[in-house]
Amino acid sequence: MQKVSIEINGKKVSREIEDRTLLSTLLRDILSLTGTHIGCDTSQCGACVVHVDGKSVKSCTLFAADIHGSKVTTIEGLARNGKMHPMQEAFKKLHGLQCGFCTPGMVMSAVDLLKNKKNPSEQEIRDWLEGNICRCTGYQNIVAAVKEAASKM
Amino acid sequence: MKGFNFHSVKNVKEAKKLASGKSAFLAGGMTTIPAMKLRLALYSDIIDIKNIKDLSGIKVSSKSLRIGATTKHAEVASSKEVKRAISSLAHLADGIGDPQVRNRGTIGGSIANNDPAADYPSACLALNAIIHTSDRKIGADKFFKGMFETALKKGELIQTVEFQVPDKSCYVKFPNPASRYAIVGVYVAKYKKEVNVAVTGVESVVFRCKKIESALKSNFSSSALDSVKISSSGFNSDIHASSDYRAHLIKVLAKKAVAGCK
Amino acid sequence: MASSLIGSRVERKEDKKFLTGKGRYTADINLANQTYAYFVRSPHARATISKVDISKASNAPGVVKILTGDDLAKDKIGGLIAGWKIVSQDGTDMKCPPHPPLANNTVNFVGDHVAIVIAETLDQAKDAAEKVRVDYKVLKAVVNTGDAMNSKPIHDGIDKNLCYDFLLGDKGKTDEAFSNADKVVKLDLVNNRLIPNAMEPRAAIGDYNPSSEELTLYTASQNPHLSRLILSAFNAVHPEHKFRVVAPDVGGGFGSKINAYAEDVVVAWASKKIERPVKWVAERTESFLSDNHGRDHLTHVELALKNDGKITGIKVETIANLGAYALVFATVTPTYLYAPLLIGPYDIPAACCNVKTVYTNTAPTDAYRGAGRPEATYVVERIVTEAAKEIGMDQAEFRKKNFINKFPHQQCLVHNIDSGDYNAHLDKALELSDYKNFENRRSQSSAKGKLRGIGFSTYLEACGIAPSAVVMSIGAGVGLWESAEIRFNATGNVSVFTGAHSHGQSHDTTFAQIVGEKLGVPIENIDIIHGDTDKGPFGMGTYGSRSLAVGGTAIVKACDKIIEKGRKVAAKMLEAKPEEVEFKDGEFIVKNSNKKKTIGEIAFACYLPGTYGDIKSPLPEGVEPGLVETSFFDPSNFSFPSGTHICEVEVDQDTGETKVVKYTVVDDFGTIINPLVVEGQVHGGVAQGIGQALYENAHYDESGQLITASYMDYTMPRADNFPEFKLGFTSTPATSNPLGAKGCGEAGTIAAPPAVMNAVIDAIGEDISMPATSEKVCNALQKNKKNKEAA
Repeated sequence: MQKVSIEINGKKVSREIEDRTLLSTLLRDILSLTGTHIGCDTSQCGACVVHVDGKSVKSCTLFAADIHGSKVTTIEGLARNGKMHPMQEAFKKLHGLQCGFCTPGMVMSAVDLLKNKKNPSEQEIRDWLEGNICRCTGYQNIVAAVKEAASKM
Repeated sequence: MKGFNFHSVKNVKEAKKLASGKSAFLAGGMTTIPAMKLRLALYSDIIDIKNIKDLSGIKVSSKSLRIGATTKHAEVASSKEVKRAISSLAHLADGIGDPQVRNRGTIGGSIANNDPAADYPSACLALNAIIHTSDRKIGADKFFKGMFETALKKGELIQTVEFQVPDKSCYVKFPNPASRYAIVGVYVAKYKKEVNVAVTGVESVVFRCKKIESALKSNFSSSALDSVKISSSGFNSDIHASSDYRAHLIKVLAKKAVAGCK
Repeated sequence: MASSLIGSRVERKEDKKFLTGKGRYTADINLANQTYAYFVRSPHARATISKVDISKASNAPGVVKILTGDDLAKDKIGGLIAGWKIVSQDGTDMKCPPHPPLANNTVNFVGDHVAIVIAETLDQAKDAAEKVRVDYKVLKAVVNTGDAMNSKPIHDGIDKNLCYDFLLGDKGKTDEAFSNADKVVKLDLVNNRLIPNAMEPRAAIGDYNPSSEELTLYTASQNPHLSRLILSAFNAVHPEHKFRVVAPDVGGGFGSKINAYAEDVVVAWASKKIERPVKWVAERTESFLSDNHGRDHLTHVELALKNDGKITGIKVETIANLGAYALVFATVTPTYLYAPLLIGPYDIPAACCNVKTVYTNTAPTDAYRGAGRPEATYVVERIVTEAAKEIGMDQAEFRKKNFINKFPHQQCLVHNIDSGDYNAHLDKALELSDYKNFENRRSQSSAKGKLRGIGFSTYLEACGIAPSAVVMSIGAGVGLWESAEIRFNATGNVSVFTGAHSHGQSHDTTFAQIVGEKLGVPIENIDIIHGDTDKGPFGMGTYGSRSLAVGGTAIVKACDKIIEKGRKVAAKMLEAKPEEVEFKDGEFIVKNSNKKKTIGEIAFACYLPGTYGDIKSPLPEGVEPGLVETSFFDPSNFSFPSGTHICEVEVDQDTGETKVVKYTVVDDFGTIINPLVVEGQVHGGVAQGIGQALYENAHYDESGQLITASYMDYTMPRADNFPEFKLGFTSTPATSNPLGAKGCGEAGTIAAPPAVMNAVIDAIGEDISMPATSEKVCNALQKNKKNKEAA
């Protein structure tokens, strides 16, 4: 067992966990933060993307014990004081989601892109989203939403 | 996933002490963890080496570029030093996996894993890399032994990868459309006295393509490769690419790489 | 119904929960005292099982129960079913093998279910599953579609592995058309096998309550009522009135969540046996192995032509691969959802189609987005393109010459097309795609060393599935009507229950727009409720682009009933005759007066009839209290969307790598409720269609192992595989429903594959099969070069 202390969405959390616990398991099964989704078992779909110390990572491919002392932001922690993040607003405005399953990872990945690049081109957005698979939208409105958010941030 | 003991270590000595036949060092975990999840790999102990301070970082001199084993792909891709010294290497790192993989995956992990379709091994071969381990220095030409097999001994830990700065170089990859690993990747590096051409994705392990090298040595231009014939014998063949197609791509990509050298 | 809400780009009501991580999918549900299930699956494509030894596994840590096919048989749990009976041309019924949810003595595909291991944790269940010993005798597998009929039967008593030999059309008349033809064009086509890959893997939780004897199944389903019906009536898991099926938020379906699967049956039954909740969540690999796959046809098509370019007949022979068993829509997909559409939007006087469906040792196939219609459209649009080329006519002109021009139009096979204007969408697409300057773009590509090609696809779809009288006469086991219930609450807001299910389709918003429009209530005050058999009336669910045309119409009709009742109540309160009361924008108004009541006031009166302080709200005699209305709508006909897709590709001459660089769509969906949503449906459909044409392929090796069982090998299209799609719309409203809606969910997937392939073939000058992978294209280019050099 490992004692893991992490700051999740601004709250300090400490848990005794099995060594093999993945960050996604800690979030979903232990902390009931089920907004982070599991869509594959080969680390490709990106439904599980969260931020660890400000960078987007795949929480299904990360041991919780490995990030002891880190700050984690999940989709549940993106809105502030009940107001959605500009990226969330843009996805809503431009219909960047349909079934909603890939959405949390997609949004978290897109937010990280804008941290690295203020005004990405369409191609840069498409390239960045390589690690996030969506089956519903054909990506068009996702790309448009990221552009929209960039213009608002 | 099967159970194991997780250890986070602060120095190389501690890491080596914990290592055993059933243990694995964990850097980014981008290959190790999926394999464990699918129960394809079982370990009794996972030794996390990311907190060993000396293992991360980028250092440049006029002749060499040294990258610490736990340096992440994203760090290499965005490093001004790397771009200035060997821009093709930054480009290679920028094409590994996806942004989230690049935020976690490390050069040492990639090389130690030695996936036959990984990108970094081709850079090591083409750029005359020396792999500095906890125990010794190993030349890249002696390091990559076979499929997922390296010269590393039990408990031996990669510390730094030292690349020889070329006059010019270029890496061109034709990615597998599904996994985005290399179906074929060709790394061309030109030095004063030699031209190195390393090929990944094609055989069980990365190799140097002597035919292309000798053609380029006398005439470093794409057209020098027009008459080169690449035999597909022994090449990988799978649903994504037959051995013949891989042979064809080697030549096509090598020409692009030569043209793209800078 | 022209006005503000219908046709406006309303942002989705359901988005906030999904965007803030508050969606609730089956895997997100955890119940007290829950156990975890893991399935032991066959690693062999075909084998007999002599013994399943669970003794070692049963003693593993944390194991609660292990159940096998023997246990299932003892409890008389029934097999999985094919929902549609197809009759062969010789008059015999189709042949279906038994399909037990857990194998009895044989397994027939890799991933076939053998046992369920239930434990306190998932890891314990997986650990124990490794200890279940199954004695398999491996048999030679039949894998390829084309080999099946020449192979020994994989199921007892099913000769030639043939499920049925189906014929549609007038063979004599068609043969005559061909003998009188000036020209006959022929093609052999492969429609590749696909794996739907909804991003949410399937999941199911059985929860039996021994006190009330109620069984609840939470499952990622497109049609919870239908699942409950099947699990009760055919699998005999639990009586329908004590059985609740909940499909909460569902992360995409695309047809792969229509079936009541083995896992649904087994976790529901198992939870009764152990009297604890049993939770199963598929890993992606399990989804690849055991979700229904789609397509997988081999087809020979011939087209008869006159010299002037008029098409006089079409003849099609298809072998369709059912996989190991026959699933719910599996038998109708390659027959009635396929063959009638082989005429396309063209006026072809004679047609004939023979379909043979075969069993193989592969995952069962079933409806996948488009279901039958993409297969048909691929055949028609490929052969029509070939025909235009052979007689040297422009692709657009050739199509126009053959389009149906007058409506209604009775086609020679099945459908009576009520409305359409095919020239209109083709013309608009030509303009939007800048067709006239294509050759310039081709030269520009050529200057970059790339080959550019253009491809057309003018499709006709039949959806809004479906008129019960028609479908039941051709073998459907159920009628395909839809239900709605509207509860106008006393405080003025509205609860709408629909039998349709939204798993991305945006019903929460579009259905609210319809109700808001009809009843004059702000959409914030309207809640759309679906996915729970305990809440709304029985409904058939969502597939076949039916939700709006059929389910939406049921809602309209229920609204009409609410208005009619409200009118009577308003008349009484306003001291007028009901026929003098008009309803507009949420108000009941006495004609030629200023006397009126809002619908909210009327609802209040309906719940509080009598005197309440100053408010007097007497109900008219014979009118019952409450304001709740239910409607079941059964359409008179299918609906017939149509459209034109124009695709341009660029091919790298050295590597064969092919990219879609320009894609234009003009669709006629009739009335559009919410353009924002409809555009999204088109984008997604087109992306899946391009996926089929260029990237996706389910590949089995000779022994029946699925090689493409993860995202490492099955190419899922990503954002960087697409250009921005350009969309336009034309509109001829449907006449078979009062909304005039035609359905938009599948059109993209139906039209895109031939548009892309026609473009690829135009670019490279050689015929290749889907998916047009870089290697295939590269080889074709080399072949083309050799042929040219030889010539």
